[in-house]
Amino acid sequence: MYELQQVDKHFPGVHALKAVDFKIGRGEIVGLVGENGAGKSTLMKVIYGAYQPDGGTVTIDGTTVRFQNPRQAMDHGIGMVFQEQSLITNLTVMENIFLGFEQQFVRWGVIDWKAMAAAARAQLAKVKLDIDPSTITAQLSFAQRQLVELAKVLTLEERVDGDLVILLDEPTSVLAREEVELLFKLVRDLTKRASFIFVSHRMDEVLELSDRIYVMKDGEVVDVVEHDQAEVDAIQRKMVGRDIDKEYYREQKQEDYDRGQVLVSFDKVSHTGKFSDISFDLHAGEVLCLVGTEGSGREAVLRTVYGLDTPTSGTVTIKGDEITNFNAQSGVAHGVGYVPRERKVEGIVNGMNVFENMTLSQMQNYSSNGVLRVGDERKLAKDWINRLGIKTPHENKDCAGLSGGNQQKVVLAKWRSGGSDIILLDHPTRGLDIGAKEDVYEMVREMSADGVGIILVADTLEEAIGLSHTILVLKDGEFQKRFDGMPGDKPTLFDLVHHMI
Amino acid sequence: MSATTSNLEAPAPSRINREVLVKWAPLLVLGVLLLLFPALEWLEDFREGKDHIYLLDSRFFSIRNAARIAIAAAPALMVAIGVTFIILMGSIDLSMEGTVSVCAVLFAFMFLALGGTLASWAWIAIPGALVVGAVMGFLNGLVHVKLQIPSFMASLAMGFVGTGFALLLTGGDRIRIEDELFRSLLTVRWLNFPIMVYVALAMLLLAWFIQSRTTLGRNFYAVGGGEELAKASGLNVSRVRIMGFTLAGVFFAMGALLAVGRIGIAETATGNNFMFVSITAVVVGGTALWGGIGGVWNTLIGVLIVNVINNGMVVIGLPNWIQDATLGLLVITAVVLSTDRKSVSFVK
Repeated sequence: MYELQQVDKHFPGVHALKAVDFKIGRGEIVGLVGENGAGKSTLMKVIYGAYQPDGGTVTIDGTTVRFQNPRQAMDHGIGMVFQEQSLITNLTVMENIFLGFEQQFVRWGVIDWKAMAAAARAQLAKVKLDIDPSTITAQLSFAQRQLVELAKVLTLEERVDGDLVILLDEPTSVLAREEVELLFKLVRDLTKRASFIFVSHRMDEVLELSDRIYVMKDGEVVDVVEHDQAEVDAIQRKMVGRDIDKEYYREQKQEDYDRGQVLVSFDKVSHTGKFSDISFDLHAGEVLCLVGTEGSGREAVLRTVYGLDTPTSGTVTIKGDEITNFNAQSGVAHGVGYVPRERKVEGIVNGMNVFENMTLSQMQNYSSNGVLRVGDERKLAKDWINRLGIKTPHENKDCAGLSGGNQQKVVLAKWRSGGSDIILLDHPTRGLDIGAKEDVYEMVREMSADGVGIILVADTLEEAIGLSHTILVLKDGEFQKRFDGMPGDKPTLFDLVHHMI
Repeated sequence: MSATTSNLEAPAPSRINREVLVKWAPLLVLGVLLLLFPALEWLEDFREGKDHIYLLDSRFFSIRNAARIAIAAAPALMVAIGVTFIILMGSIDLSMEGTVSVCAVLFAFMFLALGGTLASWAWIAIPGALVVGAVMGFLNGLVHVKLQIPSFMASLAMGFVGTGFALLLTGGDRIRIEDELFRSLLTVRWLNFPIMVYVALAMLLLAWFIQSRTTLGRNFYAVGGGEELAKASGLNVSRVRIMGFTLAGVFFAMGALLAVGRIGIAETATGNNFMFVSITAVVVGGTALWGGIGGVWNTLIGVLIVNVINNGMVVIGLPNWIQDATLGLLVITAVVLSTDRKSVSFVK
């Protein structure tokens, strides 16, 4: 009934969807799995109208359609239940359900609240949620909100002729086990009314619920498995399988680290709701990689090392000092440098030029009594532009005009030139092309050789395995397993995935 | 190293044109105004049958009128520079009217109490006034940062407090400063321009130095360009903000001194109209309201645009309300030009 044929989507520098075929029949539940960056969210956005495909066709019951925006997709019966819940918490449940569609209740220019409440109750009954529709949404539990969201999407049933397709993006990520079971039962009941596309990191859930599973990798659908033939192992192999080039990750340059010198030490550190009971030591020259799915607590651990988050219990020691005051200033003072994922937002200041960005964290070293020594700043910038091969016409260039890879180098130069010897890399190669990625790998090896300790959250598992000395696998905020990864004795993708999902 | 440039950023050519336009638009507007007013003046004279040579015999385009514009602009420039620093940080300071009034009145009290002439110990009143401005700015910043009140609200409220305090001090009276030495700010002219214009220029250079050559100035841009990032780079953003407001207070006090020097009177009303003029000037000069872009030279151009319009309309004899309406439209145009609406999803 709903079908994508040979759908393509390009972004600058990325081929996000490569000739994807996808179809869903009436009353079906279709699962969608893949690693981060495999193209799942792009595909979903194409389906619900947030992105327009560059090539291929989208058909509903054989008719070709093209959605300019999500609203048009909704008019054709395609609704989305968002992972980041999209309810407005200061409005009532019924206002949320009919947000943007209040016109049907308007009499003489005012809203007939009784009619809206009755209609809302009917929608809530579909999802078996027995609450007063005039409740303020903020008072509901997370699971209840999820159901309200589902009820909101189900209003399409009355508004649209034809079949419904509802996308569920990670609907179970914050639910307890019994809530998940209730949701699954509900979804199965609702297949009378709609078809579902189910996206989750939890492989067992996808297997349990879906009639058919699409496996994505690198923007392609690499396999379609029927419910009866589905096997966790086989699917996982399909999700990650690719030959790793040792040369690519500079494994020949990976040296042993200094086991005697501990830079960062976590002792049973917990942060309520994010991670619990995490212990590890980071040594000089070590690349320690945190591996896990989105929301497994990887980023939260990084932020805690840097001082952006304060843990609720446990001891964090940096270079022998027990940290009691968690803030970025103390992190910087201890020689920690943070290279964030969102370069444009957190990595470089737009509107500031190359040398200004480089000295941002260490202005006290380039000023006397508050007056900057701009000459010294420029000298530093020129020096590091040469050392890291930063492609910029001159050190006065606005950083916003540099390519992603070169921005990344500016951020690294900022920390390295300031003497940071603990570097936190959060998805350092995200959005970079292959050449720029190799530059980053090269820099990681050089830093290790200089005795810098690196904590890495990698963009892909291959990258994590290729680069690291030590891998810690996290799942739902808890430590799962530790792997040593010296060259020649690296864990396989399969070993890791096994503990992640 | 094999570095390949990624094409992620690849800015479209039209954007570059826009940026160039936005950067030079204020100067262009000023240039057009400087040619437009003499033309209107010439037309008017021509209709009345009094021919004169365009530009050369113009009443508007004369040294004498330039001095008039400069005198009117000098105090406003000081206040506008002060608020420029705040707007660079992405905040806003609306306390200038109250701060200027309090500084003017307290300056006058100190000046008269200490002898009433610059030749005596009364000169201390000048640094005294600057300290008063600094203290008021500091309080302003403290209220904004420590009580976490949005800067526009905190500063507006502090401004009202200032105006009230000034009225309390004076009881509504005007205080005359008749010391010839102090009034020489206005009365003594070098190369046709009074001393206060040179004082204002010196302060502008000082502000430029602060903006481009000190850690504080750099920090203003960092906070305005990306507050999260500034924090994540280990900057003490709260401290930068409070220091910014303090510095603005000093420049407001400087504006108060020049305003008193210009008319020889300190009163509660000394601060009147500075809010509209200074904010208009900063925005029209091209400093972005969300911070990070612009600077004191933009503000100089902005102040000149505002004052040229005011002066030019008087010269060609247009009523007051047209001046205000024109300035209002100019502000909207400037903000429209400097906002990249594609990147702004919500405006509150």
